[in-house]
Amino acid sequence: MGDFQPISSIDYLPQEQLRELQLARLKNMVSRAYERVALFRSRLNELNITPSDINTLADIAKLPFTIKTDLRDTYPFGLFASPMNEIVRLHASSGTTGKPIVVAYTQEDIKVWASVMHRTFACCGLDRNDIVQNSYGYGLFTGGLGAHYGAEDMGATVIPTSGGNTERQIMVMKDFGVTAICSTPSYFLHMLDMAKEMGIDMHDLPLRAGVFGAEPWTEQMRERIEQAAGIKAYDIYGLSEIIGPGVASACCAQDGLHVFEDHFYPEIIDPITCEVLPDGQEGELVLTTLSKQAMPMIRYRTRDITTLLTEKCSCGRTIRRIRRVGRRSDDMFIIRGVNVFPSQIEEALLRIEGTLPHYQIILTREKDLDRMEVQVEITAELFSDNFSKMEGLKKTIAHEIHNIVGINATITLVSPNTIKRSEGKAKRLLDMRKM
Amino acid sequence: MKINQLSVFLENQPGRLSEPCAVLARAGINILTLSLADTQQFGILRLIVKDWQRAQAELEKAGCLVKRSEVVAVEVEDTPGGLERLLTVIEEGKVNVEYMYAFSCRCQAKAIMIFCFGDPDKAISVMQAKGINVMSGGDLLGV
Repeated sequence: MGDFQPISSIDYLPQEQLRELQLARLKNMVSRAYERVALFRSRLNELNITPSDINTLADIAKLPFTIKTDLRDTYPFGLFASPMNEIVRLHASSGTTGKPIVVAYTQEDIKVWASVMHRTFACCGLDRNDIVQNSYGYGLFTGGLGAHYGAEDMGATVIPTSGGNTERQIMVMKDFGVTAICSTPSYFLHMLDMAKEMGIDMHDLPLRAGVFGAEPWTEQMRERIEQAAGIKAYDIYGLSEIIGPGVASACCAQDGLHVFEDHFYPEIIDPITCEVLPDGQEGELVLTTLSKQAMPMIRYRTRDITTLLTEKCSCGRTIRRIRRVGRRSDDMFIIRGVNVFPSQIEEALLRIEGTLPHYQIILTREKDLDRMEVQVEITAELFSDNFSKMEGLKKTIAHEIHNIVGINATITLVSPNTIKRSEGKAKRLLDMRKM
Repeated sequence: MKINQLSVFLENQPGRLSEPCAVLARAGINILTLSLADTQQFGILRLIVKDWQRAQAELEKAGCLVKRSEVVAVEVEDTPGGLERLLTVIEEGKVNVEYMYAFSCRCQAKAIMIFCFGDPDKAISVMQAKGINVMSGGDLLGV
């Protein structure tokens, strides 16, 4: 428990005490949402529920779900539960499809956010002695400022590099003696390539930890990153609709992510029937904010597929964990009737020695037949002068993908550094099918 | 007796072949011979140059994927049946030929073939035992 800090003490609270706290907060939040947000009031009225019907934590199942389109439909400020003069910050999602969604914070919300990010960093074994390079994008995206406030709250030295200008990022990392980095895992891979190009081996730098999130990635990718950079890589989880980063974090046990459930109440539901599933069963993560003032969220359907782990973690924290979110329903694509997640392709690739997770999935339709092409960058380690070895490599990749998703993919080997690198969230899928 | 050959990975797309050639041209490196093997998807450009270390460094600097491999240069009688006689020797020696191509030679009446063998050392001794002229790097690169 080397990372025990006063602010993290709630992570170690006895379960009964935590449940009491959650219930008290839940009641408050439901009242606030009911009184102040028209959408929540009408939804509860439709179901003939009032805040006084919430008497136990199990009663949460009586409440209606909130989905992403509710945020779009009430764009921009329709779900706010605080007047604008109490709101101190607005963020907005990237809005890849249609209108962005807007989220709001009061002074108190910002404090809570800083504290959960502080607890995230503590989970990752960081403390005030760390020099933290924050390469999450600053701006409307919640990643940059969320991590920034948390690291400052902890007392670490924060370098707000934001995303982009990778060569300068490496220079800063080296010259400033950075010990921890925050970024998307895909951007860190890009930094690794750049460092190599600049003749810098990250093993020689004081960098010891990476706090990676904002996109699904795999255990295999974590291991690759740890080996390639000589650091410990931690998975963190969050979403703007709930608060931003700081909803859950991996710890030294590397066995799931602790949910800061004194602020965010987790449930797992069957995404089809919407029934709450028993602990330990995989399903869609649903989160309810327990303390958020400006924008409370009731049973928000995250579209993320995971499992709630209730056994006590070896790190000593009592708050529950979710399994690494490798699959996001939004990223799922259907090919020939099979549901496929990009992270499954990544998992297949990383099973092969010497491959790098630089890949892109291209879907096309030829004569009514869907084709999946996976472009993979060839590495010096795998390139061979021997054609049959190269064809063998393609077969091996196709075989691993088939093993995991049951679909035959066409494998295209492409030159190094030809797949576009992302400075934020990686775009793995190019769907060129015309429906 | 083995010769260093550079293999460059090429995506099978217009313009990809000229890239490595341009890199070598800029570096003032002359290509003694080359062979291009390709499938629908990708190709391998095989090159023999005098200063392979510098060529490899220049190509890698330009972002090319390069692998060095050892090949054997063999003199072939430039008469009908010359190649067949050589191949018979190799076959009888039970050495596996992974691929071969002709060396573009501008001098004398010699024909030279470049071979990539599964076991080049064995191939060399098999051929030399039959009096076949296996060319040294100096012979070849001095051409």
